[in-house]
Amino acid sequence: MRRRHNHPDVVPNHFHRQHTHTQTPSCPVSPLISSRFYTTTMPAPDKEIDLTERIEAFLSDLKRGGSGTGPLRGSAEMARETTALLRRIAAQARWSNAGDLMEIIRTEGRRMTAAQPSETTVGNMIRRVLKIIREEYARSRGSSEETDQQESLHKLLTSGGLSEENFRQHFAALKANVIEAINELLTELEGTTDNIKMQALEHIHSNEVIMTIGRSRTVEAFLKDAARKRKFHVIVAECAPFCQGHKMATSLSEAGIETTVITDAAIFAVMSRVNKVFNATGDLGNIQVEACELTCVGDLSGRLRSGFQVIIGTQTVLANGGLRAVNGTHTLALAAKHHSTPLIVCAPMFKLSPQFPNEEDTFHKFVSPHEVLPFTEGEILSKVNVHCPVFDYVPPELITLFISNIGGHAPSYIYRLMSELYHPEDHEL
Amino acid sequence: KEEKQRLRKEKKQQKKNKEKNDEKTSHEEQPAGSASQPPAQPSPKAVPVPASEAPAPADKPAKSKADLKAERRARQEAERASKGKKGDVGQPAPTGKLKAPPSELQPVVKRLPEHVQVDNPEVVKKLAKKLERQQIPLRSDYGYKVSLFSHLHQYSRKAPLTQQLGIPSTVIHPAIVRLGLQYSQGIVAGSNARSVALLHAFQQVIRDYTTPPNEELSRDLVNKLKPYISFLNQCRPLSASMGNAIKYIKKEISNIPSQCKEEEAKIKLLNCIERYINEKIVLAAKAIAKYSIEKISDGDVILFPPNCSFNVTISTSISSSLVNHILCEAFEKKRKFRVIVVDSRPRLEGREALRRLVQKGISCTYVLISAVSYILPEVSKVFLGAHALLANGYVMSRVGTSQIALVAKAFNVPVLVCCETYKFCERVQTDSFVSNELDDPDDLIVTRKGKTQLEHWQKVPSLGLLNLVYDVTPPDFVDLVITDLGMIPCTSVPVVLRVKNVDQ
Repeated sequence: MRRRHNHPDVVPNHFHRQHTHTQTPSCPVSPLISSRFYTTTMPAPDKEIDLTERIEAFLSDLKRGGSGTGPLRGSAEMARETTALLRRIAAQARWSNAGDLMEIIRTEGRRMTAAQPSETTVGNMIRRVLKIIREEYARSRGSSEETDQQESLHKLLTSGGLSEENFRQHFAALKANVIEAINELLTELEGTTDNIKMQALEHIHSNEVIMTIGRSRTVEAFLKDAARKRKFHVIVAECAPFCQGHKMATSLSEAGIETTVITDAAIFAVMSRVNKVFNATGDLGNIQVEACELTCVGDLSGRLRSGFQVIIGTQTVLANGGLRAVNGTHTLALAAKHHSTPLIVCAPMFKLSPQFPNEEDTFHKFVSPHEVLPFTEGEILSKVNVHCPVFDYVPPELITLFISNIGGHAPSYIYRLMSELYHPEDHEL
Repeated sequence: KEEKQRLRKEKKQQKKNKEKNDEKTSHEEQPAGSASQPPAQPSPKAVPVPASEAPAPADKPAKSKADLKAERRARQEAERASKGKKGDVGQPAPTGKLKAPPSELQPVVKRLPEHVQVDNPEVVKKLAKKLERQQIPLRSDYGYKVSLFSHLHQYSRKAPLTQQLGIPSTVIHPAIVRLGLQYSQGIVAGSNARSVALLHAFQQVIRDYTTPPNEELSRDLVNKLKPYISFLNQCRPLSASMGNAIKYIKKEISNIPSQCKEEEAKIKLLNCIERYINEKIVLAAKAIAKYSIEKISDGDVILFPPNCSFNVTISTSISSSLVNHILCEAFEKKRKFRVIVVDSRPRLEGREALRRLVQKGISCTYVLISAVSYILPEVSKVFLGAHALLANGYVMSRVGTSQIALVAKAFNVPVLVCCETYKFCERVQTDSFVSNELDDPDDLIVTRKGKTQLEHWQKVPSLGLLNLVYDVTPPDFVDLVITDLGMIPCTSVPVVLRVKNVDQ
């Protein structure tokens, strides 16, 4: 599939690291901002001001996080913070029925996703919470869960279904239920890495050569957990230009795992010796630090061809089972396919996003080309187009397995998981 | 009876010749022994021997076979004893001599080129002994080697071989010392550049050479070259193109008739080398450019990973790698195209290529190799350069080439390889492990935002850095190979080699 690309327009000079947006003009003003926002009295424990301030702080963190000047966060942290914030909104904002709450969350959610579009976990969490609200509402109304599911199938055939006005009923217990459900969600989030780690021993055996790309805490934890009982080798491909693979390699080797760092150019060359490729959704929101792809080449004197794996992380799992991962992952996936090496993706459920891959520029994110061709190169910079994309799209055919906190799935099953996690009306916030 | 007598006489002659030659070999091997003897030796021997040998196998096969076997064994043992060769046992090279005058294409067992076996201690010892005899320092390996590549050398650029040489070096010509240093520091890189530099250095050696008394130029010069070649091999493993060039020179030197005067011989050799460079490199580049320009059409977007680096001119017109040359020529012919240069760490050779292209005025884009699957949908053709073409159709080139070819295949973009015929080599390999080169592992270390993650990698016992130089691309990824002989598919390489052997 060839893509028409208008070159001169896409010179990515916009995303300059030092540039911080303090306010995007297109963001609608939060409905919570009242005239009291502009008072300077601090000590009054006004819940609304407190809440608004927190939301604004979160938004600015998001914006700055993308440009690297703010505190660096992984996706898991991002998810947890978003959920905590949503819980706070549910607790402290003024709402009388489910519809209001959903409206508030939706508006806030739109602002959050607009602040950092590439950070999809935020949007995912919002959709989860919306689904939780719907479920709690339905439960309060008394309709059982089975009918809900039947309705969802039913909905596929008929249009309409539950309309907005159904959410206007007031239930006293709804607030408590919603907050409890969000708490459950938070516990789930905290346990995701552990749940994924526990599956490590099923997939990694002794004397295997594992390749990975992208510094991902999930994969790191995964491999370290397996290393407690098994001896294997890891190949990490550094991902230029950010070279986060180096950090991954040092941390893995400190845990006693045999690690080798290779350059991205050598991925295909060493793939023939690799057993498995593990990928994880690296913490790509802050690309400067985390887009490390280290290909640790397992130094395997046994040179077993069977059972080599590629284990990777990804930034987002898309609705069709494809990945949006660090650049270079597509090459890795193709190389793995060529050598018939399984490609395993460690992705917690909060990374599953109902987006479909589109060819527009909205899919890609670029950072300063200074990383690729530094300013020291001089005059030629003005005559050359330089690209530094952050993401890669990996089609689902190249992926063998997804390992998430609820178990392992094939890429073809992802659409079903999505329908469990998110409500179809929430796909567009 | 008469026949029998004749046969006996011939056999006696043969034996005498063999004895004489064996003496010579043992005498020659004392100053410098090297594995590249057999190709040098058959040529002087082949002239007197086949005349007597050719009729012998034809008549009385039973007796001659036994005799030949005995002779073969004796010769093999003599060679094995004096060889000091690493790991190339068991290849009965003498069969090559016995079998045929070189014009006949008999199936000769192909000798494997020098097989590097660093993990075999006997082989390493033999190599050390040989280098000692040649008075060349042995370069020591550096750093923790990834076990998959433990059979290869890994040197540090900070410890060049020349530090261990005395000044002036009595054994090695200063031009060669300089060349070795240029190789090991990466000043001269890229297979064309290295070959040309090598040939120029050899020209200098030949100019400065004087035949010692009681020696023949054809034999003595070859022996003089052997320690130089060992030295250069220690500085940086020889490339396939350099190997072919050396074979050619040795053949030319050995073919110099003994009556030739020294001055004449030297001029002849210098002209030979000049002609080789001209034909095989310069004119070949022009021919390839001509063919490739037909393939570049207006509006093309060409992907170009700069495989061979662009060295400083070495007093020839070769100032850039082949593909760079092609692109510049095409631009001069007023084709309108865009170039995308793909670069990779740690060498970052693409920046130099980029500069040259931009200077010419070609519109360029620059990306790193990890972004290649992002950029490939816009590309209409991929041009690759090659370091060598192997006899099974695989393309050996800079690391990363196979990856680009793989992704191009996935996007259905045609891949064209440009390679001169002198880079074709008889080796076969299917993966990048068997025979490769390991570069200095410290090159991978990078400092970002003031932090160097891998600074102390040596201290961490389970951490290794791998800096590969070459990789092999399978022929199914390559659509076309453009050589000076024309446009051929990858699988026709052995045909070309065969034709070349016949010519020679």
